Amino acid sequence: MNVAGRIVAREANGRSSAATLPTQPFRLAAGGLVDRSRTLAFTFDGKRYAGHPGDTLAAALLANGVRLVGRSFKYHRPRGILSAGVEEPNALAELRSGARREPNTRMTTAELYDGLQAASQNRFPSLAFDLRAVNSLLSPLLVTGFYYKTFMWPSSFWEKVYEPLIRRAAGLGRAATGADPDHYEKSTTFCDLLVIGAGPAGLAAALAAGRSGARVIVCEEDFLLGGRALADRRRVEGRPAASWVTEAEAELESLPEVRIFRRTAVFGAYDGGTYAALERVADHLPVPPAHQPRQRLWRIVAQRAVLAAGAIERPLVFGGNDRPGVMLAGAVRSYLNRFGVAPGSRAAVFSNNDDAVRTVADLAAAGVPVSAYIDPRPQIPAAVRQVAERAGARVLTGAVVQRAVGWEKLLYVRVANDTGQEFVVNCDLLAISGGWSPTVHLTSHAGGRPQWREDIAAFVPGTPPPGMTVIGAAAGDLALADGLAAGARAGAQAARDCGFSVADAPVPFADAESTVIAPLWRVRNATGKAFVDFQNDVTATDIRIAEQEGFRSVEHLKRYTTLGMATDQGKTANINGLALMAEYTARSIAETGTTRFRPPTTSVAIAAFAGQHRGREFRPTRLPPTHAWAQELGADFVETGEWLRAQQFSRPGEPDWLATVSREVNAVRNGVGFCDVSTLGKIDIQGADAAEFLDRVYANLFSTLPVGRARYGLMLREDGLVMDDGTTSRLGETHYAMTTTTANAARVLQHLALCREWLWPSLDVQIVPVTEQWAQLSIAGPKARAVLQAIVDPAFDLSNQAFPFMAAGAGTVCGGVAARLFRISFSGELAYELAVPARFGDALARRLMQVGNDFGITPYGTEALGVMRIEKGHPAGPELNGQTTAGDIGLGRLLSKKKDFIGRAMAARPGLTDPNRPTLVGLRPLDRAARLRAGAHFLPRDAAATAANDQGHMTSVAFSPTLGHWIGLGLLARGPQRLGEVVRAHDPVRDGDVLVEVTSPVFVDPQGVRLHV
Amino acid sequence: MGYDRYSVFSLLRESLRGHAGWGPAWRDAAPRPAYDVVIVGGGGHGLSTAYYLASQHGITNVAVVERGYIGSGNVGRNTTIIRSNYLLPGNIPFYEHSLKLWEGLEQDINYNAMVSQRGVLNLFHTDAQRDAYARRGNAMRLHGIDAELLDRAAVRRMLPYADFDNARFPIHGGLLQRRGGTVRHDAVAWGYARAADRRGVDVIQHCEVTGITVENGRAVGLQTTRGTIRAKKVGLACAGNSSRVAAMAGLRLPIESHVLQAFVSEGIKPLIDCVVTYGAGHFYISQSDKGGLVFGGDIDGYNSYAWRGNLPTVEDVCEGGMALMPIIGRVRITRSWGGLMDMSMDGSPIIDRTPIEGLYLNCGWCYGGFKATPASGWCFAHLIAQDAPYPVAAALRLDRFATGRLVDEKGVGAQPNLH
Amino acid sequence: MRIPCPHCGERGFQEFAYYGDAGPKRPAHGGDTGEDVWFDYVYLRDNPAGPHEELWYHAAGCRTWLVVTRNTLTHEVAGARPARDVALERSAAP
Repeated sequence: MNVAGRIVAREANGRSSAATLPTQPFRLAAGGLVDRSRTLAFTFDGKRYAGHPGDTLAAALLANGVRLVGRSFKYHRPRGILSAGVEEPNALAELRSGARREPNTRMTTAELYDGLQAASQNRFPSLAFDLRAVNSLLSPLLVTGFYYKTFMWPSSFWEKVYEPLIRRAAGLGRAATGADPDHYEKSTTFCDLLVIGAGPAGLAAALAAGRSGARVIVCEEDFLLGGRALADRRRVEGRPAASWVTEAEAELESLPEVRIFRRTAVFGAYDGGTYAALERVADHLPVPPAHQPRQRLWRIVAQRAVLAAGAIERPLVFGGNDRPGVMLAGAVRSYLNRFGVAPGSRAAVFSNNDDAVRTVADLAAAGVPVSAYIDPRPQIPAAVRQVAERAGARVLTGAVVQRAVGWEKLLYVRVANDTGQEFVVNCDLLAISGGWSPTVHLTSHAGGRPQWREDIAAFVPGTPPPGMTVIGAAAGDLALADGLAAGARAGAQAARDCGFSVADAPVPFADAESTVIAPLWRVRNATGKAFVDFQNDVTATDIRIAEQEGFRSVEHLKRYTTLGMATDQGKTANINGLALMAEYTARSIAETGTTRFRPPTTSVAIAAFAGQHRGREFRPTRLPPTHAWAQELGADFVETGEWLRAQQFSRPGEPDWLATVSREVNAVRNGVGFCDVSTLGKIDIQGADAAEFLDRVYANLFSTLPVGRARYGLMLREDGLVMDDGTTSRLGETHYAMTTTTANAARVLQHLALCREWLWPSLDVQIVPVTEQWAQLSIAGPKARAVLQAIVDPAFDLSNQAFPFMAAGAGTVCGGVAARLFRISFSGELAYELAVPARFGDALARRLMQVGNDFGITPYGTEALGVMRIEKGHPAGPELNGQTTAGDIGLGRLLSKKKDFIGRAMAARPGLTDPNRPTLVGLRPLDRAARLRAGAHFLPRDAAATAANDQGHMTSVAFSPTLGHWIGLGLLARGPQRLGEVVRAHDPVRDGDVLVEVTSPVFVDPQGVRLHV
Repeated sequence: MGYDRYSVFSLLRESLRGHAGWGPAWRDAAPRPAYDVVIVGGGGHGLSTAYYLASQHGITNVAVVERGYIGSGNVGRNTTIIRSNYLLPGNIPFYEHSLKLWEGLEQDINYNAMVSQRGVLNLFHTDAQRDAYARRGNAMRLHGIDAELLDRAAVRRMLPYADFDNARFPIHGGLLQRRGGTVRHDAVAWGYARAADRRGVDVIQHCEVTGITVENGRAVGLQTTRGTIRAKKVGLACAGNSSRVAAMAGLRLPIESHVLQAFVSEGIKPLIDCVVTYGAGHFYISQSDKGGLVFGGDIDGYNSYAWRGNLPTVEDVCEGGMALMPIIGRVRITRSWGGLMDMSMDGSPIIDRTPIEGLYLNCGWCYGGFKATPASGWCFAHLIAQDAPYPVAAALRLDRFATGRLVDEKGVGAQPNLH
Repeated sequence: MRIPCPHCGERGFQEFAYYGDAGPKRPAHGGDTGEDVWFDYVYLRDNPAGPHEELWYHAAGCRTWLVVTRNTLTHEVAGARPARDVALERSAAP
C-alpha cells in the first residue's frame, strides 16, 4: 500500500531478530497499512512479542492473540481492547520504565517502536490473577456512592484505616520514579485556517483552502492522515479511499502555505482564536532524538478553524458488555483493514444501526467467520440484511444480546429476540455499535451547548467558538459523501473569509451509504453487570441508584457515580449514561443535557504545559552588571525576585556566613566597601510638569527639591498604605531620576504610567525605565570619598562643601565615562551611589578594587547591606509589606499637609490612623548573647501566650558587628511610646522566646553625623 | 422515603435487596409562598447556612434557592483544600472555627465527606519568606492552632521527589499545618443539603432569582423564575455572582468577579501524601483518594463571568508544578475547570448585614471559600438569626473598607486580581 | 484572549497587566472630596456581566495603558485605545 510506503523507515535494530520472536497468529496474510517488511520486538508484562511499523500497541497485541490487557478501576474486572483510538477506556498500560514511565497510556494510540516495554496496571499480583478481583464479589456493597454512607465511625478511623486502604486500591498506573528526563517545547504559530482532523472531510477542507494560497495548518492526532478512510473499505472519486487520502496528502504537501502537523491533537479552544495542540514529537521512538523534545505544545492562533474531528462509536449496554472480546464495530474494521489484524477467530456483530453491518462484511472478507448479525430493530433495511447474509452471518432481528459470557475472554453470547426466543451464539469477538457520537468537545470550550438531534440520536455542536465551522461526522453528517462536500465548502469559505479568492473546484464524491439508527440505550432484560463507564465501573444499576437518590442533573450524575471522570473522559460512556438518566427520570435526552466539555479534549502531560520552564529555567535569571566579577571573587548568591545578587563575599578561612558579613560591615563602618545596587528600580522622569507630577505621586514634596539634590520619597497606594520608597534626585529643572525598591520596580513604573496616562493626561511629563541602562554601585564608608576621588574625572568636585550629603549630579569617571553620582546612604556612612552605563559596570567594579586597594576596599553583599540598614532603622521589604501605613514605619511626618497626593484621603481613615497600630521600633535582646529572629510576635513581658496579648511582630533582625549583639526592627503596638520597656519576642515555631528591650529603631549614629563628614 | 441515617448497616441491608430502598438524599422541593429565611445560592455556603439555621437556631422554615443544581458553583469546583493557616487576627479564628467544624462534620451531618487531615505544607524559598511564614506560624500558635516550621531536611523527608538540587528557587523549608488537608468537595454540598432537608429546609433547585423585593427599605422577598417568594429575611450566598444579585437590591460591592482554573490528572497510585504549596510560583497540589493529582494556581487575572479561563494560566500553573516536582511531568491532565470567584478588595470575605434591613450578605470569598464552608454557614446563620455577628467573623465586615480596618493577608491593596 | 494594541498590533493577553474597571472616575486632584466619594472610587465596582471598559498595561510591549472594551461573559475583545486618549476625551467632555 502506498500509505504504508510512506511510513518512515527507521534504522534496523539488532535486537529485533524476527526469528526469535513469536509469530503473530492473528495477523492477516495481507492488507493493512503496516510495514510487513520489518518486524519490531516489544514486551508486555515482560513477555516478548512481535509487531510491525505502523502498528499501535493494541494492534500488535491483538495480532499476537493477547485479549486480556487490563483491569477495571473498582471491581478489577478483566478487560480487553474496546476501541482503536483515543476513546479507549480499558486498554491502559504503563509505558516505558523508570523516570520515563508513563502511566495510563492508551494502547490504542501508542505507536509501536522497537523495544517498547509496556506493563499492565492496577492489578495485584498479576494481570491474569488479580486478588483485588474479589471486589467483584463485594460489588453489591460497592455501588455508587457507598463511601458517602459509611466509613464515618469512629471519626479518627478515616485517615488511619479506611482512607489508606482506599488510596492504595485506587489510582491506576504508577508515576515515573524520578524527574522527567525529557525536554518539552512550547511554540506559537499563526494561520488563516486551522483544520482539526485530517479525515476525508478535513482533507477536503484543507485542499479547498490551501489551493487558494491561504495559510493552512492541518492537525491530525494520529500518525497517519486519513481518519476513518484508513479503517473502512470505502471509495472516494472511484478509488479506494486510502488512495484518495494519499493523493490529497501529496497535494497538500506540495502547497507552500500548508503545514501538516501529524501526531498533533488540538485539545483546547481558547479565546481570540487561540487553539492549544500537543505534538507528540518523539513518543513513537524509544527516546527522543538528540536536541528534539519529547512533545511540543503549540499555541495556534487561527483566523478560522474547521473542526473535522469525526465521531466516536458508542458501546451497547448489556450484561457482561465489558468482557475481553467485546469490541466496537468500527474498531474491528480498523484492526482488520488498517492493521491487518483479526481481533478474533469467530465473531458476532450486535448493532442498532445501518453502519455496523460493514463490520460483518469486512470480517468475512478477512476470513473471520461471523456467527450472527444481531439487530434490535424488528425490521432492517434489505441492504443491511443482504450484506450480512452474503457474509454468511445469521441475521437475528428484533434481537438483543442479553449477556456476554466469559471471564478473561468471551466464550459466547446469549441472545433473545422479541418473540421470546433465546439463542446462544458462539464467538470470541463481539462487535458492537450503539451508533456514533459526533466529537463535539472543542465546540463547547467557549461555552456552546451541544444540541440533541433525535434523527441521528446524537448531540451535535451548538454555537461553536467564534471563527469555527464544524463539518462531517463531528457535525452529525455521518455519511462520507456529506463530509467531503462540507469540507470543500467550509475550506473555501474560510479562505474567502481571510481574503483569498477561491477557484471553483469539483467536490470529491463518494459512494452512498445509510446511517439510519434506532436508539437502544440499554438492553432491558440484560443479566449481569451492564457497564456504561467501563473504566470507572459505572453500571446501569448505578445510574438508577443515582436517580433514586436525587442525583438527576447530569452534573450530579457524573459527580455521584464518577461517570465520565476516568482517563477516557467518558468518550464512550457519557451519552449512554445520560440517556439512561433521561429514561429513569422520564425526561427527554435534550432536557437532560450534557455536562460541559472543557479542555483538554484528551489528556495532556503536565510537562508539556511547562515546556522549558522548569529546573533552573523555571523563571528568567536577571544578573546585575557586576555578576561575572562577583562570581570570580567567589561570592555566594541569593535570589531576589528574578535577580541573582551577591549575598556575601566569603574568604577562605572564614568560619561561617556571619563572620563574612560582619567583616564586610566592619569594613564599611571603618574603611570603605562597595556593593552593586543596580537592581533598584531606576526611572527617568522629565518634562515641564515633572515636579508637579512627583508632588502628586509622592507623599512628600519634590517640587521644592533644588536641582542637584536628592530626597527620600515615600509613595502611597490609592488606599493610603505605603506602596514604595526610594530616593529621587533632581538632575535639572525638569529632570528627575527616581529609584524604587528592587521588589517594586515594575509595579511603581506601571503605577506612574497609569498616573501619567490615565489620571492626569494633561501633565507634560515623560517616564522611562532605566534600571537596566545604569550600573549603580554604592561606595560607602569613611574612606569612600578618597576612593571615589581616584576615579572621578577632574571636573567632579567631591568636597563636602561642593557635594554635600544628598547632593546629586552628573559628570564623567575613569576618563570620560558618563556617570551620575548621588551622595545618598543606606548604610549610614559617608556614601555615594555611582551610576555608569551598564556596560561599564563590570569594569567599574574592577577599577574600584584596584584604586581602593590601598584603602582596604571591601566588596559587600546584600547581607551586609541589610545589617547596616537595620542598624540605621531604615524600613525595607519586611516593613514595606503592603500592610503598613507611613505612620507604622515611623514616617508619618512625611505626609505633606501642603499638597494633595495619591493616598492622602484614604490614609485618613480611622483604621489607618488608629494609635494602637503596631509601629516601628528597635529591639535588642535583654541577654545580649541571645539571638533574635524575625517573625517572632511581641507579648507583654509576663503575659500569657494568647492571641489577645499579641502586640505585633519582629520584622527584621541582624547581628550587629558594630554593637556586638543581635538587633531587630519590629512593629509594636504604640511602640514609640514604649521605649525602654521589655517585651517578650515569642517564637514558638522555633522554640525560642527572647526578652527584648524596646529602643529607637536607629541603633548606630542616631544623629547622622557620619553622613555629613 | 429512604433512610434517616446512613450507616454500614443500612448499606448492608440495601446491598441485599438491590439498593431499591434508598430514597432521595434531599427532597426536590418546590417553592412555597413564604419562608422565615430564604438563602440565595445552593452552594456549600448557602446549604451550610440553612443547615445551621435549622440545627443551631431552630429556624427551619427556610428555603435555599439555587439557579442550577446544588453544588454547581465553587463547592463543586475547587482543589478541596482545608486549612486554617492564616496570618491576620481578623481571619485566623474564623478559619480555625471552620477547621474545627470540618473535624466533626461527618458525625454531625451523617455524611462521609472524607475529611482527610493529611497536612498542608507551604514551602518557602528565601530567608524573608521563612520569616514571613514564621510570623504566620507564630500567629497561628497564639490562637492555639498547630503550626510547625520545617527546615529543608524535614521537607525533603516529606517530599523526596521535589526538586532540591536543580531548582531556580531552592526550597529552604516549609510551614506545616498537620490538621489541614482535603475534603471530598461535592459531598459537602450533598451532605449539608441532606442534613438541612432532614430538618425541614426546602432545597429548591432550578429556581433563579430575578429580583429582590424591597419595601420601605426592607427586603421582604424574592422574585424568581418559579414565582414570588416572601421572606422575613434574605441571605445572599452566591459568590461569583454576588455583584449581580446585590445589584438587584441596588447595592454595589467591593468585589470583582474573576475566573480561577484548576486541574485534575489521570489517576495514579499514591504519590503525594499531603497538600503542598509552592512558594516561588503559584501552585498547590494534593492527590485525591481516587488517585488524581488535584492542583491549581493563580486566577486568570481579569474580570470574567465566562466560567472558563485561558491557556497562559494553565501553562503558568504547570510551570510551577514542574519547577517544584518534576516527577509529575509525564502524568497527564485529564480535566480542567474554571469557576467564578468573588475577588474582594482586600482578599478577605464579607459576612455582614447590608444597608437594607433584612438583607444579609455572604460574599467576597476570593479563591479560598471552600475551606470556609462550615464556618461561613455557621456565622452567616448566626448573623441572620441573631442580627449580630458571630465573634470569629466580627472582622469580616462590609464597612471595613470605609473604616480602613482591612484584612489584607497579601498586602496588595484594593486591586482584586492581585489577591 | 488577544488584545489589539494600537501600537504593537494584536498580542496575547499575557503580555499585559490588568488593572480593572476603567469606569470609576478619580476625584479631582487637590479637590475637597468627601471620604464617601473616595471610598466609592477606590473600592466599589459595578462588576458587570457583559461589556466592560477596563485598563490593561502593555508591560511586555509598548508600556502603554490601554482602555480595552471586552465582554466579561464571552471574553470577546471589541477594541483597545490608548488610555491617555480616552482620558483626554473624558476630561474634555462636559
